[in-house]
Amino acid sequence: MHTVLKIILQRLALGLITLLIVSVVIFVAVNMLPGDFAQAILGQGATEESVAAIRRDLGLDQPLVTRYFGWLAGVVQGDFGSSFASANAASFSGTSSGVTTVAQQIAPRFANTMFLAAVTAAFAVPLAVGLGVLAALYRNSVFDRAANIFTLTSISSPEFFLAYVLILFLAVLNPIFPSLSNIYDGMAFSERLNKSMLPALVLTLVVTAHMMRMTRAAIINLLASPYIEMARLKGMSPMRVIVKHALPNALAPIINVVALNLAYLITGVVVVEVVFVYPGIGQLFVDSVKTRDIPVVQACCMIFAAAYILLNLTADIMSILSNPRLRHPK
Amino acid sequence: MTEPLLKMRGVEIEGRSDETWNPIINGVDLTLQRGEVLGLIGESGAGKSTMGLAAMGYTRDGVRISGGSVEFDGIDLLTASAAVKRDLLGKRIAYVAQSAAASFNPAHRLIDQHVEAPMQHGVMDRSESEEDGMELYRKLRLPNPDEIGFRYPHQVSGGQLQRAMTAMAMSCRPDLIIFDEPTTALDVTTQIEVLSAIRDIVTQFRTAAIYITHDLAVVAQMSDRIKVLLKGDEVETSDTRTMLDAPTQEYTKSLWAVRSFERPKKPAIATGAVPLVSIKNVDASYGTAKVLHDVSFDMHAGRTVAVVGESGSGKSTTARCITGLLPPTAGQILLEGETLPANYKKRSKDQLRQVQMIYQMADTALNPRMSIGQIIARPVQFYLGLTGAEKRKRVDQLLEQIELEPTEYYNRLPSELSGGQKQRIGIARALAAEPKFIICDEVTSALDQLVAEGILRLLADLQDDLGLTYMFITHDLATVRAIADEVVVMKDGRVVEQGPKAEMFKPPHHAYTDLLLSSVPEMDPDWLTNLLEERGVDNIGDAAVGKM
Repeated sequence: MHTVLKIILQRLALGLITLLIVSVVIFVAVNMLPGDFAQAILGQGATEESVAAIRRDLGLDQPLVTRYFGWLAGVVQGDFGSSFASANAASFSGTSSGVTTVAQQIAPRFANTMFLAAVTAAFAVPLAVGLGVLAALYRNSVFDRAANIFTLTSISSPEFFLAYVLILFLAVLNPIFPSLSNIYDGMAFSERLNKSMLPALVLTLVVTAHMMRMTRAAIINLLASPYIEMARLKGMSPMRVIVKHALPNALAPIINVVALNLAYLITGVVVVEVVFVYPGIGQLFVDSVKTRDIPVVQACCMIFAAAYILLNLTADIMSILSNPRLRHPK
Repeated sequence: MTEPLLKMRGVEIEGRSDETWNPIINGVDLTLQRGEVLGLIGESGAGKSTMGLAAMGYTRDGVRISGGSVEFDGIDLLTASAAVKRDLLGKRIAYVAQSAAASFNPAHRLIDQHVEAPMQHGVMDRSESEEDGMELYRKLRLPNPDEIGFRYPHQVSGGQLQRAMTAMAMSCRPDLIIFDEPTTALDVTTQIEVLSAIRDIVTQFRTAAIYITHDLAVVAQMSDRIKVLLKGDEVETSDTRTMLDAPTQEYTKSLWAVRSFERPKKPAIATGAVPLVSIKNVDASYGTAKVLHDVSFDMHAGRTVAVVGESGSGKSTTARCITGLLPPTAGQILLEGETLPANYKKRSKDQLRQVQMIYQMADTALNPRMSIGQIIARPVQFYLGLTGAEKRKRVDQLLEQIELEPTEYYNRLPSELSGGQKQRIGIARALAAEPKFIICDEVTSALDQLVAEGILRLLADLQDDLGLTYMFITHDLATVRAIADEVVVMKDGRVVEQGPKAEMFKPPHHAYTDLLLSSVPEMDPDWLTNLLEERGVDNIGDAAVGKM
């Protein structure tokens, strides 16, 4: 286990460095957006003085490097700063109690997004792996082709289109699920699940194809191996050959694709959230970009980046653990 | 006479390539009695493995049985349903593959793979089968039989895996086992352990077997009868002693004759002559693992030095040190008395030119996208600076030297050549640099005996014509006998013995050299039995434990 631990620590360190680099890129990129919060909030008729006053209040007049390190110092301590929008509203009303921190603003939204991702993953991963195994077992059969065509069609269609098709069939023509996913705090789990069902189904359709095709390909890739031939020559059934002998050796590539798709469920859900009015982090992100609420935008970006890095890291570690050579050194 | 266990009649098998079906086996008969061992021999491409798999009613992808019948104990395997066949496979007919390392599933422990067939076929439950497995491991003289099954395949050595696979084949006590070249990938010393273990267990359980190999000496030890195949046709079949003493067919005689090739003895080296290549006190490591310890030997101009030893003994590493691909951590390499820079990057073009290499796997050593002409022309241009018509002339000359017609082969790709021809291209590429010294790394071990002999003869002729010096890395002592002038024996990264060939093959020698020499199978069918008596069976088991 010694070597495995070492590899994991190495990857973890690399992940942190990656995150640091990403933070620089995000900070610079966000600051290169045309216009800033002051201009966005005051509109075209603003005087130079009022724009400058707001800039001074929010610290936007400081040089970029100073702002970056100030921000980074906060982030390292878990403080993503205050939302410009709420700080501004508070200063207009003359109180400071109305200031919401970025963390306060993002936390519930992020929890919602995670909930949707978890529901989707619970459907999509077993479905994709199961379909992939069956497609490998009955390769080149009608079932294989049908599964391929179906998943490829769903991945090739735009998400909003899939969403509207599902709304039409499952909400309008046959009112099974609600078409609006306006979930809120304190909602019962079952109701929450019911309201999230349509967006979860759309996302399932989007991510299944990739995972299923990788499962199928990874298994078929191994079917020419001598140990698969051996299993067949021991008189094992085709299903057993695939599930027991091929699948455990095909795990590494499958895990990687699953991780990539789970990351997409967190970072790529903007369109689906907008269509279903689902209060997730994607919507918040888009709104914040519109108002140039930079602390929120930066925090969202960091969360997206961290999600990607963390999931890929987990995938790496799990692929390593799926290799008996590393789990059981000589 | 009782009804035979396996009856194959007029079996025809075809393989698909480029959308057409080409014959692999053209109507071969095969009959096997209960408890009998039949040796199936022939060169690669003779259809031995295909025939062996057909005896199980199995074909690989892109292969089909197009005619004839395969009857196992009264069941026609060609018309039987998949379920009927699955019930027989593993339970009554078992298979032992060539590479145990590739044929064990890397994801499961040995014992889990061992018990799979008995459990799935309902022969034994898990604990019974596990116990039986340990008993079989003990019978096959595996070290720590109670514990070894709980390891993963990568934690066990090749020779041990091959025995564990034989145990796995035995798990349901089948009536028939197909052994498909089970010892080809093993060192000679390990091969003996596996051979004797297989032979004992097959005799003990009176299991019938088809033993597929290209090694005649091995088949002589293992089988009651021998069947010779050539390009999908049967050449002849008879019992082992008759076949060895009086083969009737020309082809069989030619197979037997291969072992007679031997070079004439060269005069002794003049005292005080400067060796062409001299290796002085070389140490080398891969990372922190030290693999060469104080290796020293000389190679004189115009001679062949064979470096022998088992895999992992440091033969190829020594070659990498000489070429400068792996700079030694201590010691020196001298070329004609001058020290060569340790790293090839620091060597002059002329120094690089003098040392060339021919590889074991001609398949992977030739760029598949380049034509034969381009492959040979590159060193001609790089080292000698020839271009245009001169370059072409030189390439043609080289092709003639390796006995391939220039006009026919110049524009071909490596994939259009046979294994022996590819190895010849490897030789031409080495010659193109006009070197004095060529390292031949197991150049014949991937080739059939007849083809290998052709390569050895070619190398010998080239040495006579061009005065080349060879360092010949091999684990095959028959090859050493055929072409070496001096022999260096290596073990665990050390030189254990060196000297002229005649002395090396004459006792007394170092204990390890003795073990190597006595382990080379001989054509005498009693050789293995006699050897085991001589060494004492327990001794072999101990040697196995000590080595692992």
